[in-house]
Amino acid sequence: MSLRKRDYPKAWLLVLPVVLIVAFNAVIPLMTVVNYSVQDTFGNNQFFWVGLEWFEEVLHSERFGNALGRQLLFTGLVLAIEIPLGLMIALGLPKSGWRASAYMMLLALPLLIPWNVVGTIWQIFGRIDIGLAGAAINAVGIDYNYTQNAFDAWITVIAMDVWHWTSLVALLCYSGLKSVPEVYYQAAAIDGASRWAIFRFVQLPRLRQVLIIAFLLRFMDSFMIYTEPFVITGGGPGNATTFLSIDLVKLALGQFDLGHAAAMSLIYFLIVLLVCWLFYTIMSVGDSRPEPRQ
Amino acid sequence: MAQIETRALSHSYLPDPDYPADFALKELDLNLLDGHAYALLGPSGCGKSTLLGIISGLLRPTQGEILFDGQDVTHLNARQRHVAEVFQFPVVYETMSVFDNLAFPLKNRGFGREAIAKRVAEVAELLDLSEQLPRKSATLSAGARQLVSLGRGLVRTDVNAILFDEPLTVIDPQEKWRLRTRLKQLHRQSGLTMIYVTHDQTEALTFADTVMVMHEGRILQSGSPSELFERPKHKFVGKFIGSPGMNFLHCQFDGNAAIVDGQSIPLQRPYGTDIDGSSFELGFRPEYCEFSRDGSGIAAQLIDVDCTSRRKIAYLNAAGAKVCVSLPADQEIPADNHRIRIDPQRALLYAAEILVAERP
Repeated sequence: MSLRKRDYPKAWLLVLPVVLIVAFNAVIPLMTVVNYSVQDTFGNNQFFWVGLEWFEEVLHSERFGNALGRQLLFTGLVLAIEIPLGLMIALGLPKSGWRASAYMMLLALPLLIPWNVVGTIWQIFGRIDIGLAGAAINAVGIDYNYTQNAFDAWITVIAMDVWHWTSLVALLCYSGLKSVPEVYYQAAAIDGASRWAIFRFVQLPRLRQVLIIAFLLRFMDSFMIYTEPFVITGGGPGNATTFLSIDLVKLALGQFDLGHAAAMSLIYFLIVLLVCWLFYTIMSVGDSRPEPRQ
Repeated sequence: MAQIETRALSHSYLPDPDYPADFALKELDLNLLDGHAYALLGPSGCGKSTLLGIISGLLRPTQGEILFDGQDVTHLNARQRHVAEVFQFPVVYETMSVFDNLAFPLKNRGFGREAIAKRVAEVAELLDLSEQLPRKSATLSAGARQLVSLGRGLVRTDVNAILFDEPLTVIDPQEKWRLRTRLKQLHRQSGLTMIYVTHDQTEALTFADTVMVMHEGRILQSGSPSELFERPKHKFVGKFIGSPGMNFLHCQFDGNAAIVDGQSIPLQRPYGTDIDGSSFELGFRPEYCEFSRDGSGIAAQLIDVDCTSRRKIAYLNAAGAKVCVSLPADQEIPADNHRIRIDPQRALLYAAEILVAERP
């Protein structure tokens, strides 16, 4: 039985509210950015058409290339640490009982703290004069100062992000692990499977979906990180921790380079979109299998 | 292959079991012979899956021990016991092909590539899975998945026993019948000890040499299907086996005859006269009684009649209890004044729910 669209022309009215909401919260703001990206101004609110010049400038600018490089490195490192670490934590958690609930609560804590507070916590935590970590590291003879040393700044920002977000990966994986029926573990025990084989053939296949979600969430979020490094390092020392969004804000609000910033935000947005789409498409290939019974 | 014994085996899922009711298994002493096919039959919650879990090593018993060929294996885990198990819901490793699924238990035990390929091919042949070998197991039907689960048990040459935990639950009726026949064949070909857990008496009676009927953590009777049908040792077994189950009527017993509702039924069995007990019951199968045509027998009221293709089953009230009479489909049920005649040769006497033994 097929109901064709043209039989129900009024059905479109039912979709109208959604169209309006999406228009106001996504399309219209985006269009203003698009509008800025193809114009330039000499002040006085007078704009003139420049076509794709801003985009060319962004793509050829060394500054954008550097920020993008830092961003990719940061996101890559964060994903490389948080995904395996979160998975390992989830595998180590008890399956039930009061201890499971206690661990859940501990894990959820970092997720409940506002971004700028997380930044502030780590900003103070790492200070060499009054910060617990900063002072302690210096006390054991290691020269650590995130305000002056680029490497130290990176370590601090990455440690902060791992602390803040590994819990999310762990909780997602834990929920995925809970969905593995007990009988699979029993069958694996009967088949004489090693711990690794159980992970590889029983647990991992059923974690696939949550791992895709975890990866996408952590990719998008870390790729757009702003508040925490802004609070901790302000993008410094020098430009060492100036990630894309920090650079974008400097450009748009610091220099008030609206056209340049608009073009950069569109490119930034397209990168996120493209990577997510590519990743999701690749990971879902051959994923149309029927759900296992039970 | 092994002979499996249990000694005073008890199991409780509670941390501190105290009362008999806390135990899922109560002091079981079993002796399962090598190469036999057994069925554990009982209603849900009778402890049959628990017993299976203890034999396979997935569960540690609270008390008692379990021996394979005289060796105590109580503290060995499932991997060390070399027991295969097929579960109620088919378990396949979905990311693997059928071949890899079947090869998995062998790979885990470090068999060589060629030995694995040879053995998998044999088992696939046996189960009619040869053409499915390259297929991804996630795409199989429930029946084929269950065959793969079964294949993973059969592929190992060193198994002591194969355990089946209600393996046909999720299978379609058509395929169910085929698989059951296949299992029976496999048992004959392989000569492995097989233990089959089910609550379906047809499955149990067709599959096993010996059926053990379980109830509330105990084995009430174990015997051949015909023994269980002809001489249930316990009222529960009589009611559980057969469809419909055995009829029971309260009676008096005078040493020779059972007196039901004032009618004397001579039992013609060498019972001793010294049996005492007040709660006698006469047990008889619906197949071993009939409508009397001459006005003798126990008066009864007809309630309902069920017709199947070959038998008619009449439900009646007689002597204060419900009684079923099974008769050939072509036989007429009298219009009124129903009376039941019990075959005295095949009626059995029960005292306090237990079969009264005859004098030797």
